[in-house]
Amino acid sequence: MIKFVLMVNRQGQTRLSRYYQPVELGKRAALEADVVRGCLYRKKEECSFVEYKDFKLVYRHYASLYIVVGITESENELSVYELVHNFVEVLDKYFSRVVSPIMFNMDKVHIILDEMIQNGHVVETNHSRILAPLSALDTLAHS
Amino acid sequence: MPAVSKGDGMRGLAVFISDIRNCKSKEAEIKRINKELANIRSKFKGDKALDGYSKKKYVCKLLFIFLLGHDIDFGHMEAVNLLSSNKYTEKQIGYLFISVLVNSNSELIRLINNAIKNDLSSRNPTFMCLALHCIANVGSREMAEAFAGEIPRILVAGDTMDSVKQSAALCLLRLYKASPDLVLMGEWTSRVVHLLNDQHMGVVTAAISLITCLSQKNPDEFKTCVSLAVSRLSRIVSSASTDLQDYTYYFVPAPWLSCKLLRLLQCYPPPEDGAVKGRLVECLETILNKAQEPPKSKKVQHSNAKNAILFEAISLIIHYDSEPNLLVRACNQLGQFLQHRETNLRYLALESMCTLASSEFSHEAVKTHIETVINALKTERDVSVRQRAADLLYAMCDRSNAKQIVAEMLSYLETADYSIREEMVLKVAILAEKYAVDYSWYVDTILNLIRIAGDYVSEEVWYRVIQIVINRDDVQGYAAKTVFEALQAPACHENMVKVGGYILGEFGNLIAGDPRSSPLVQFNLLHSKFHLCSVPTRALLLSAYIKFINLFPETKATIQEVLRSDSQIRNSDVELQQRAVEYLKLSSIASTDVLATVLEEMPPFPERESSILAKLKKKKGPGVVPVSELEDGKREGGELNGGGDRGPDSAMSASNASTPSPSADLLGLRSAAPVSAAAPSAGSLLVDVFSESGAGGPAAAVNDDGFLRFVCKNNGVLFENQLLQIGIKSEYRQNLGRMYLFYGNKTSVQFASFSTTVSYPGELQSQLNVQTKPVEPLVEGGAQVQQVLNIECITDFSEAPQLNIKFRYGGALQNITLKLPVTINKFFQPTEMAATDFFQRWKQLSQPQQEAQKIFKANHGMDTEVLKAKLLGLGTALLENVDPNPENYVCAGVVQTKSQQVGVLLRLEPNAQAQPGVQMYRLTLRSSKDTVSKRLCDLLAEQF
Repeated sequence: MIKFVLMVNRQGQTRLSRYYQPVELGKRAALEADVVRGCLYRKKEECSFVEYKDFKLVYRHYASLYIVVGITESENELSVYELVHNFVEVLDKYFSRVVSPIMFNMDKVHIILDEMIQNGHVVETNHSRILAPLSALDTLAHS
Repeated sequence: MPAVSKGDGMRGLAVFISDIRNCKSKEAEIKRINKELANIRSKFKGDKALDGYSKKKYVCKLLFIFLLGHDIDFGHMEAVNLLSSNKYTEKQIGYLFISVLVNSNSELIRLINNAIKNDLSSRNPTFMCLALHCIANVGSREMAEAFAGEIPRILVAGDTMDSVKQSAALCLLRLYKASPDLVLMGEWTSRVVHLLNDQHMGVVTAAISLITCLSQKNPDEFKTCVSLAVSRLSRIVSSASTDLQDYTYYFVPAPWLSCKLLRLLQCYPPPEDGAVKGRLVECLETILNKAQEPPKSKKVQHSNAKNAILFEAISLIIHYDSEPNLLVRACNQLGQFLQHRETNLRYLALESMCTLASSEFSHEAVKTHIETVINALKTERDVSVRQRAADLLYAMCDRSNAKQIVAEMLSYLETADYSIREEMVLKVAILAEKYAVDYSWYVDTILNLIRIAGDYVSEEVWYRVIQIVINRDDVQGYAAKTVFEALQAPACHENMVKVGGYILGEFGNLIAGDPRSSPLVQFNLLHSKFHLCSVPTRALLLSAYIKFINLFPETKATIQEVLRSDSQIRNSDVELQQRAVEYLKLSSIASTDVLATVLEEMPPFPERESSILAKLKKKKGPGVVPVSELEDGKREGGELNGGGDRGPDSAMSASNASTPSPSADLLGLRSAAPVSAAAPSAGSLLVDVFSESGAGGPAAAVNDDGFLRFVCKNNGVLFENQLLQIGIKSEYRQNLGRMYLFYGNKTSVQFASFSTTVSYPGELQSQLNVQTKPVEPLVEGGAQVQQVLNIECITDFSEAPQLNIKFRYGGALQNITLKLPVTINKFFQPTEMAATDFFQRWKQLSQPQQEAQKIFKANHGMDTEVLKAKLLGLGTALLENVDPNPENYVCAGVVQTKSQQVGVLLRLEPNAQAQPGVQMYRLTLRSSKDTVSKRLCDLLAEQF
């Protein structure tokens, strides 16, 4: 299963974090810093899966945004790797550019993520269905 | 494109976020955040009731601040209020705040449960989804009690909307995992399985996660899912990429769903029903075929999605391990990936092939890729890929290729990354033992191992080579000759000296005929290493010397002289001195016959499983290394797998019970590891004498003697032995500390390659930050060098950082590991308070987990002044006139960490007449954090 999803900028600042297994609030910052350190400095030719403690990290980066997913061994690395891309595509579709609006629209990014992953499991991958609640909201706001 | 960047009209929020983004420094950011927190706090506390919009805005800001890494300790109530709003956005922010910030034991759960109950019965699908998400995220016992009956009903009801079903499935999964006893199986069970047939792919995707978990726990009840999953999979696999339009990802139909179906099937053995099985095999073949087809798109997403399914299918094929044809095809497919230009694929192929190697059907096919894998070990740029290649070589090793693989691994060891050396050493040692056809090859390999990576050769490995040499007389002469040659190298690792000392002591006579290795030459060679070795090795060498006296009477005079020298017979180390005295006496008074009986050759060790294997298993856990395969291999070709599970020393003491022999201490390097208790040692006095010996092997257990002495003080001598003294001086302010370490060379000889490293056991890495600069590598005789450590406490911690010191004294590597006395109480700020405040706070911290208590006997007198000094040294404020009983001591302080501050109250109640002559204490700690209370209590209980 998926343990957590992190969105981090190049400076290593967390822009969004979602945990699917309880991690004490006080320990999160340190964990995030450590995880990010493990991925940020990897070279392009190195592989996108990193063993970290007793689980694995799958990461992918887009311009200055890094997305890091912690997974247990029962998860398929490549499918998570593509899940990240699918997520980014949904974000792209909704916000024309991904990078800056995340901070301004944290709530919406969370809604999107929650539609895709619940409780550490993939629940939905179809773009229009993922965006359904947000589209409903936007129609409400405009009417 | 909706106008989203305005943040839905929450202008205040947008402005705040811009401000933060524009902050030039961390300080500016903190200042801005504190200002905002004060503002929000005043709004929440203000008399004016806030409308939903403002509440939402402020809660959103708090969430944002939390995400920036700041602790949020208020706003929970306002978030709960938002749950009852009728506006989706307000409700959503409320739920989000709760899922992110409320943990499962919060006292707000009851209020949250009420709101959830309302939303679940609202029949509004979006509200129901939010409520279900929330249960799934928090998942506490109280929630399970409230909703475990309701959720299955929602999940299988005919009129439930698809999106609600999805959420309900995951919600139920969470409750089942957290409180399986509350989720009762019932008539919904079979209906859940039929969700695999649901028209809606999203529902199937969600339901599989639930079904997989339930199947793992109750395989029989959910057996029907197999045929349903197979038919679903078959429909997806055989569909054209346009059929499942909504769920096609870069021309691959439903990749995530396919992976999950294949994963579900891995919970079960191959289907018994022939038709189902045929259909499944067909699916797997189609997946393998598709891998060979030209890609439908050049995009990497296409091939990744396709390969995700392929790897999952291969996992299933390996799991079944019954279709030779498929296994071999899988292996060939992975073989292609081994040379793929994508690093990710090479990594996964190596990993997956590792499990394929353990199948009897595909083992040979895997072996054909040996050259590629060896090449990967040599040329991959990513250490994790190289690691996988090493694992695969290990897994594919058998008698036919063992020599090649071991040779390659040995040569890789010379340049291997430090992080994986120890494991590599174990693997080489195991392979060499398991597949040795001739023992001379085995001995050569292990000695090479010691030469190349001596520091990483653990006791188990060199114990083992000795066990095997003792048990096999055909290799003894060769072993003696080889160690003799190896010892001639000018710099030789201490482990080599140990093996050499032991083997020459037993079998030196086998090579003594050659004048180049005459007894005296052998002795001089060993003795030339003596002064460079650590105490345990020297002890071993002394035993080798007494064995020499028996083997070669002509060396008696020389050796007696050595034993008689002041440096032996008056050695400051008790163990060495005792051996010198006893051996000298033994050699002078015992007749040759007695000597020959006492110093007889070691009897063979009982045949047991290799302890190295046990160590590797412990290191990696099963699964990562196919240990089972290894054991199978053992059965088929294990003529060499003799030897003891225990270290030779304990085996020795066992044999000793029947033939009393002082040579028992030949392996007197009794480390903590082997099970020595097994030996019925009572029969032999000598064993008892020697069993006390040398606790400090070269890779000695962590020395923590000094550690506890520094809980209540900051300066002093942390460690001292014959060579080195380490003094410390430290000072702390808030969550920062600085420690000065003074390394003093007590000898007149220079220490070379002096280096120190700080390591963090367990979770400490993320809790404490220690920075330092390397020390000068040379420490002259009599000189002292200083090292400064800057310490930052990030969050509370229980382990202590370890300081490892390595240096060469003479030629021998010294290796010392100490616990650094950095304890959580060092970050105390004293807090003065009056009695009323104290007791008020004491009462506030009344939850059971906030308190830690110990009752213990006094180890030192109950002198008031000493006690006070210790409590002050602890870092807290000692509060006078607070406790009604003047005998008691109470203290207060705040532990300062970077992430939070933890208030701590302490009460120490002495009882001078607990029982006649026994003084007892009761120590109670209360703090807002359970781990802090517990750790402080453990530390302090050792102090009084």
